[in-house]
Amino acid sequence: MDTFVKEKINIEKELCKGCGICVSFCPKNVLTIKNEKVHIKEIDSCIKCGLCELRCPDYAIYLGGK
Amino acid sequence: MVSQLIGKYYRTGSLPHIWCPGCGNGIILRAIVKAIDNLGLNQDDVCVVSGIGCSSRASGYLDFNTVHTTHGRALAFATGIKFANPDLHVIVITGDGDSAAIGGNHLIHTARRNIDITTIVFNNNIYGMTGGQYSPTTPTGEKGTTAPYGNIDANFDLCELAKAAGATYVSRSTIYGANMIINQVEEGIKNKGFSFIETISICPTYYGRKNKKGNAVDMINQLKEMSINKTAYDKLSKEKRNGKIVVGELHKSQRTEYTEEYEKIIQSF
Repeated sequence: MDTFVKEKINIEKELCKGCGICVSFCPKNVLTIKNEKVHIKEIDSCIKCGLCELRCPDYAIYLGGK
Repeated sequence: MVSQLIGKYYRTGSLPHIWCPGCGNGIILRAIVKAIDNLGLNQDDVCVVSGIGCSSRASGYLDFNTVHTTHGRALAFATGIKFANPDLHVIVITGDGDSAAIGGNHLIHTARRNIDITTIVFNNNIYGMTGGQYSPTTPTGEKGTTAPYGNIDANFDLCELAKAAGATYVSRSTIYGANMIINQVEEGIKNKGFSFIETISICPTYYGRKNKKGNAVDMINQLKEMSINKTAYDKLSKEKRNGKIVVGELHKSQRTEYTEEYEKIIQSF
């Protein structure tokens, strides 16, 4: 549980190709595409399910860190 | 920065990869690596072999023992590697054209031998790297650059082919259900014998554009609509089965493994 709380969404913009898969499959509508890159729109809604990381083909978004 | 998983198992210096925006190959590759991580295999005990094609670029991004071989011959090279060092976990990454067309003969004979190799086919229904020619898995009636009026060939069911040829573990999954890929790759690696895992990917650049399937998200949603679990599929009437992608574990059996049989011959002298 401890590690779960510490995890946050990280975005590596250089790896993002703006396909929009993470945006569409996010169950809480946290993400958006701006200037062909993924951005966090509503971080408070994030439930840290990790579906964005699971389906990102470019490894540009992931849960981790503090 | 990349995630812990990617940092541990990828040659991060070669990222971003060459695959197009929205290509499903990256999703499958992460799932394979996640499965290896879940099993706790030593990186030096894993050998990843690939052929030629979009999918086969995968071996270059992974930090294991990796071999990028000639077109269609990944399974032939992998057989040699497994023979020389049976303790290695040999994983073959191949595409639909690589495994079913150019390497079709290698596929059936590797399955017949039941050698302990885990094969993961990235099936995107088209030859992506060379410009969108139709492949053995392009569905009948769909278009490619070499089939502008629609493909008249019947498409291959690769899982049925592998099962009939003698593979001891056969399963299928799609990139929508990426967690299923992770489970199946784990099962495939654990299976002592030839494991064949077909993963349905998407090619938004060629297959999607040629057939007006929409963008990557639309194509993944189509996979979601079309895929059905094997137990549910078996209960469907014949008319409703048309156009469905059957996912899940499709076949499992036990048979003597090839390198073990070979070892017995060596020991007999």
